[in-house]
Amino acid sequence: MDRLARLGATVTDAIAGIGRALAMLLGAIIGKPTPRKSWPLFVQQMYVVGVLSLIIIVVSGLFIGMVLGLQGYTILVDYGAEQSLGPMVALSLLRELGPVVTALLFAGRAGSALTAEIGLMKATEQLSSLEMMAVDPLRRVVAPRFWAGFVSMPLLALIFSAVGIYGGYLVGSGWLGVDEGAFWSVMQSAVDWRDDLMNGIIKSLVFAFVVTWIALYKGYRCEPTSAGISKATTSTVVTASLAILGLDFILTALMFGG
Amino acid sequence: MESRKSHIFVGLFVVVGVLALLFIALRAASGSTVTAGETYTLYAKFDNIGSLKVRSPVKVGGVVVGRVTNISLSGEYYEPLVEMEISQDYDKFSETSSLSVLTAGLLGEQYLGLQPGFIDDTVGTLEDGDTISDTKSALVLEQLIGQFLFSQGEN
Amino acid sequence: MDNFVALKDVHFSHGQRTIYDGLSLTVPKGKIVAVMGPSGIGKTTLLRLIGGQLRPASGSIKVADEEVTQLSRKKLYELRKRMSMLFQSGALFTDMSVFDNVAFPLREHTELSEDVIRSIVLMKLEAVGLRGARDLMPSELSGGMARRAALARAIALDPDLIMYDEPFAGQDPISMGVIVKLIRSLNESLGLTSIVVSHDVDEILSIADYAYIIADKKVVAEGTPDELRDNDKAIVRQFLQGEADGPVKFHYTEDDFAMDLMGEAHG
Repeated sequence: MDRLARLGATVTDAIAGIGRALAMLLGAIIGKPTPRKSWPLFVQQMYVVGVLSLIIIVVSGLFIGMVLGLQGYTILVDYGAEQSLGPMVALSLLRELGPVVTALLFAGRAGSALTAEIGLMKATEQLSSLEMMAVDPLRRVVAPRFWAGFVSMPLLALIFSAVGIYGGYLVGSGWLGVDEGAFWSVMQSAVDWRDDLMNGIIKSLVFAFVVTWIALYKGYRCEPTSAGISKATTSTVVTASLAILGLDFILTALMFGG
Repeated sequence: MESRKSHIFVGLFVVVGVLALLFIALRAASGSTVTAGETYTLYAKFDNIGSLKVRSPVKVGGVVVGRVTNISLSGEYYEPLVEMEISQDYDKFSETSSLSVLTAGLLGEQYLGLQPGFIDDTVGTLEDGDTISDTKSALVLEQLIGQFLFSQGEN
Repeated sequence: MDNFVALKDVHFSHGQRTIYDGLSLTVPKGKIVAVMGPSGIGKTTLLRLIGGQLRPASGSIKVADEEVTQLSRKKLYELRKRMSMLFQSGALFTDMSVFDNVAFPLREHTELSEDVIRSIVLMKLEAVGLRGARDLMPSELSGGMARRAALARAIALDPDLIMYDEPFAGQDPISMGVIVKLIRSLNESLGLTSIVVSHDVDEILSIADYAYIIADKKVVAEGTPDELRDNDKAIVRQFLQGEADGPVKFHYTEDDFAMDLMGEAHG
């Protein structure tokens, strides 16, 4: 009986949490747009969330592309199919690794920072103080961060994939001697603009939405103490990573499974 | 000053993102360039299509002229019926053209090879909705081996 | 109506814990009203109730003749432009300089040009003696300076009401003196109404026009500072003289100590 009650409590808590998160998001993004005031805030957040994540994204993309080239080559060469290296690298990056790894890195780099920042603003009464100054913290603090995350992550994923493909090309063509022309042309005939590129972008839009939302919500609802903030930050990374992987499976099944 | 600097970086960031998109779109992916323009539809019946798939290319002498758009079974005897879209740029194929299911390399993808027929006053050209009757099915490895063993046994 | 703020029979609970059980107090216009009481009785909660950040379970809270508990969100935000609150920590925005912090409410709520904003901000900073510190970031300020900068921000829009949440807590005697003087002089020169929540009895009674002592979920004593000093209620005596135990228990509500030790109380 006790367990049943606990299960019930967990479920109601979860549903209430989703409801609160939804309320926060709607409060942040619905309302009369005020471009003159919100545009500079948005750009500022694009800088913090997007530009500052560039280095880790570019470096990881390059290395993952190079590793794909190396691993792919050693497998494909056994079948005399090393010409398929191009499509292998490009398809794994565009369909899977680009969106997923970018989202995971983003959750760790930018998501945790968002949670900690908002948590600290809450702990130091900055959010309350905004409210008392008749400024809605959802519109002023949460909304620009949400949009910046939502816009910058797909861009980061594209950069990640492009750099990764280039890394695969460097290793495959420059080092292992796959014919350069074949590398690109086989890739071109195998990669479809709509099926692969667009689906990858849709994936990263979904991830961007979910990761940013989770990060902001965890910060906004965190207990305003140092222990609470550290717990919320950890929870952002864990929850966001699990959400990314779970959603990735569902999206992949919907897009490529049928 | 500070905000101006971040504006510039954000602008650069967006430009780099768009460049990445262009790089992928132009260098790594192919739009369905052949079927992007005007097309017309042809049909063909096969005994066996092997592992031909929707979106497999239709080639003439190695040049892609169209793509398979649908594969179904038709008629009383459930014959595989392949529907394909051919670019309007190539609209003068003779009615005597033949179509075969070919394989790119030993392990490659299967595609349709279109062999243009002769042109004469007595034969017309293939129009939208026509069916190509002269088709050769896919080579199926098991059948080949079976035939080989069978002919060995007869000797 | 002479009262700028009036609370009548307010009940409020936080989770299971009842914080106010029938609280009533009034704040006359243009006066400094002190609200005192032992720690942990929800003095900050009182300010949040007045600011409309929290809603009471029942009772009426009137600010400038508007019923805060009934206001729509939009009206509430309008009303809040007329009041400001000095948080205990100062709550300066850590990503902006002192200047931008003070300019923030002006940029948010007015359409003034940058030139005008600059003059107003410098004026307010001058009033709190921080004009030279305008380019510092909040992290570079001492606690007392941060609170003064926050005060400059609080008066940026020339509000009618300022609520001070523990303005003296954790200050050295000099900055305490500075803040006491500031509260008094701002009140006089700007015609403000002030509510000061504090437990620094001497400082607050030196500037307050009227004072309330809250304990045990309601107002237990009120009056001018002199009346309070002459009050001989046990609880007032205890609070004003800082005795460790008295009507206000030194211990948090608990079971009998001996029982607890024996492990029977929770058995």
